[in-house]
Amino acid sequence: MGILNLVTYIPLIGAIVILFFIRKENGAAIRYTATFFAVVDFIVSLYLWFNFDPHGTGAHLFQFRETYSWIPSLGVQYDFGIDGISLLLILLTTFMGIIAVVSSYSAIDHRQKEYYILLLLLQTGMIGTFCALDFFLFYVFWEIMLVPMYFIIGIWGGPRKLYAAIKFFIYTLSGSVVMLLSILALYFFNDGGIPFLNIKGLGNPATFSVLQYHNIGHLIPPQLQFWIFIGFFLGFAIKVPMFPFHTWLPDAHVEAPTAGSIILAAVLLKMGTYGFVRFALPILPDATKQLIVPIVVLSIIGIIYGALVSLVQKDMKKLVAYSSVSHLGFVMLGMFALNPMGLKGSVLQMINHGISTGALFLLVGIIYERRHTRMIADYGGLAKQMPMYATLFLIAALSSMGLPALNGFIGEFTILLGAANRSIVWASFASAGIVLGAAYLLWLYQRVFWGPLDNPANKNVPDVNRRELGLLLALVVLMVWIGIKPAVFFDIIEEPVNYIVRKVDPTYFDKQPLTYPPAAPVVVSAVETTR
Amino acid sequence: MNWNDTIYLLPEIVLTIGASVLLLVPVMGSRGTKLSAKWMMMAILGLTAITLIACSHAVETIDQSRQLQAMFALDAFSIFFKMLFIAAIAMLVMLSDDFLAESRYSPWEYYSLLGFALCGMMFMASGVHLITIYIGLELLSLSSYILAGFYKSELKSTEAAMKYFILGAVSSAILLYGISLIYGVCGSLNLLDIAAAMSTIVSNDALMFGIMLLGAGLCFKIAAVPFHVWTPDVYEGAPTPIAAFLSTGSKAAAFAIFARIFYVGLHDFHLEWNYVLATISALSMILGNFAALTQDNVKRMLGYSSIAHAGYVLLGIISLNTLGLRGILVYSIVYIFANLGIWATVLMLRRHQYAGERVDDFEGLSRRAPLWAFAMIIFLLSLGGIPPTAGFIGKYFLFAAAVQAGFGWLAIIAVLMSAVSMFYYLRLVVAMYLREGVEAEFAITTPLRIVAGLCLAVTLALGILPAPMIDQVIASSSNVAARAALTPHAGR
Repeated sequence: MGILNLVTYIPLIGAIVILFFIRKENGAAIRYTATFFAVVDFIVSLYLWFNFDPHGTGAHLFQFRETYSWIPSLGVQYDFGIDGISLLLILLTTFMGIIAVVSSYSAIDHRQKEYYILLLLLQTGMIGTFCALDFFLFYVFWEIMLVPMYFIIGIWGGPRKLYAAIKFFIYTLSGSVVMLLSILALYFFNDGGIPFLNIKGLGNPATFSVLQYHNIGHLIPPQLQFWIFIGFFLGFAIKVPMFPFHTWLPDAHVEAPTAGSIILAAVLLKMGTYGFVRFALPILPDATKQLIVPIVVLSIIGIIYGALVSLVQKDMKKLVAYSSVSHLGFVMLGMFALNPMGLKGSVLQMINHGISTGALFLLVGIIYERRHTRMIADYGGLAKQMPMYATLFLIAALSSMGLPALNGFIGEFTILLGAANRSIVWASFASAGIVLGAAYLLWLYQRVFWGPLDNPANKNVPDVNRRELGLLLALVVLMVWIGIKPAVFFDIIEEPVNYIVRKVDPTYFDKQPLTYPPAAPVVVSAVETTR
Repeated sequence: MNWNDTIYLLPEIVLTIGASVLLLVPVMGSRGTKLSAKWMMMAILGLTAITLIACSHAVETIDQSRQLQAMFALDAFSIFFKMLFIAAIAMLVMLSDDFLAESRYSPWEYYSLLGFALCGMMFMASGVHLITIYIGLELLSLSSYILAGFYKSELKSTEAAMKYFILGAVSSAILLYGISLIYGVCGSLNLLDIAAAMSTIVSNDALMFGIMLLGAGLCFKIAAVPFHVWTPDVYEGAPTPIAAFLSTGSKAAAFAIFARIFYVGLHDFHLEWNYVLATISALSMILGNFAALTQDNVKRMLGYSSIAHAGYVLLGIISLNTLGLRGILVYSIVYIFANLGIWATVLMLRRHQYAGERVDDFEGLSRRAPLWAFAMIIFLLSLGGIPPTAGFIGKYFLFAAAVQAGFGWLAIIAVLMSAVSMFYYLRLVVAMYLREGVEAEFAITTPLRIVAGLCLAVTLALGILPAPMIDQVIASSSNVAARAALTPHAGR
């Protein structure tokens, strides 16, 4: 059993241990066991970080490969392997896993055993999705995730939890089953073709290997690529979620318990964007180029729309949820700039969004636990009562809106550079999104933390405790680290991003791409030196 | 007919004798003896299975005579289905035990009828001649009519049986008329001869009409739209184990003959019938799933869901390729196990000390019996086609077959409808897990535990490690695939 399997299945083992060896009355033991396994998983995943070779290319791009025979008669293999993009996302997952488990200590007071089991199962599903290099395996993990999340929202959620849970489940499932058809179309193209539709196959041995499809992608006729892309697009765009497929997100976020929201925002949404960079772009280059404009238009609508809707929210959690729509619009925009700069920014922004928005959801959850309301109007002047909380909230908000020296800036700036390289119009729309982002977050901050402390219910709210402080500080450290040393992260995703760019446009690096001004800001030169 | 040929029929002979003995035991005046109808039935099933295995080994070594082959084949395809049927009936016997004990009806007649029904199903699986298939089907149907009305003093049960009988009799007549037209054109009822005759016919209205009538009759048996109206009523009215039987074993037998007739006999006219069946399949999936959404009675819900599943299985017939054929076999397995598991759980329900059958009756199962509530989730996910359950593998085959056959639009309907189906499957999950407060009563007995446990193990095992099942299915379907002259696609 290799290291990737270990990282994937440690949470599952934890879930089994809790299921069979701990009585449900023993809440503390359940919590600590879950934490133990989450921490062990994170530590094991650090092994990946230290042993990953960022300069691996070609056959060595995907590392820690583990391949076993699974269903030979269908060409299905159990195939694990990660590149830099998956590595960062796996680390994000294991890290946020700890945050999610620990942040639930006081928030979840009933049916704890089931809760922690589901949280750990979810973790296994998510890590497996990022590791899988076989479409069949990927699909299995992709769908497995739905079930625990459905229960987490449905059992421990807010007042409209049943509605939100089923909407989440059906919405995501509808997208993924259509994606399954696209996978099947790829499968038959590689194999015998679809004679009835006059689609000639390549006659290769049947396989679901993603890397094989990376290699044959450009051979698919553009017409077929288009339809396959549409299938993938539905599956991934719903998960991202892109405008206009985002309607499940506010419901799911608002009703989910805090840890559910954290995982949903930090990791689950990244499944969609990860799907695009891992599958849709490299396998379907022609369709990708053909569909740039509609997708970019949707992304920009998402950026502006998400920000505008955030601006008018009365509920803090809903505000953060809609801000995700806006931020994920940035990720999609950077990705479809289809140049190394945009893609790198896009991948880094996935991580940034996970950290910043995860932190914001955690913060909203902390105040909700104390006051049982998330309405902005119920607060005001909290900075006096909870100075530490106010400071941490400010850092998270600034990171989310893209203040220099914090992580959000690096991501957004790199995306803007990439987008501007394609079209200055895209970049200007996106900049408007950044301004709006600052507006809704600062206005939120102003209404909640400044002004007079006039609601008597807020007078005796205790500040963050040590457990919460620890979680938040860990997140802040990451924000600052990525903010001032992004080169470490850009280094890791450099090769995978170049690989994707080359798959989409094989001649990209021969065409002498636009060089950026040498006297670029500090952070950007850090990016450039790694090239 | 040579006496040596009886070896082909030996399992059926053993079963028929056994079922007749069951019928005679109470007549012989041994009603008071300690003999248990259930264990005798199990013994007969065991004996049948052993005979079947022995015969299948024996048949491999002797020359298969053409005479018997023209009517009846003991081939890999039929052995596969027969084993599946025996397993399904054995589980049904376990399910029926307590149910019968609570009623005042005689278990002897019940098990005997179940035995005859099984005999009909086994004939259907082996039939390579339309008359054999028809007789098998009638034996199954007549036993089913009686079983559906087994609670003869209960209005609902009698009504269900009456409805089932009248509609079933009409559909049998339609089927027979179709068969006679096909005979008129092709001059034979053996499927191979029909296929040979058809390969020389370009187009023929009488033949087309015959095929349509035959298809309509078969669609009635699998409960596909628009021949489905009996399903929810019969499932609701019939005793619960019989509803389970109708939705699993009986249906799988209809799938088996559907597959054999269309793959072996009618494959040359594929382009003539596939669009008609595709429409029926689409309608079944859409109507079955949407109608199930609003049902509050679990038995009715499962009735509509079984209509939808018939639509999925039709994908395997329409696509007429190796994947489709294998899909039908795989789906029969996964569908039987998931469905029987659900029926076992339904039998656990109680409402005011009486059998419960409403969605609300599931409330509290997760606290009362966490294991069985979990099992129920797995069964429902399997029916919905969510990995890592066996249902996903089954759906995978059928959807893949449709895509490969170029029926993209139908595949899109199928996947979207399977997403819709999760709506009502999740309603049961909501009742079990997400509603709080109600402390419902359940009667969880050992036989139910055994069946649900077995179904759970099979559903999970086949979902996580499906390779052995798929290899078995490939071997079992190879002879039918060869008869249908299917070209296995590259790589396999």
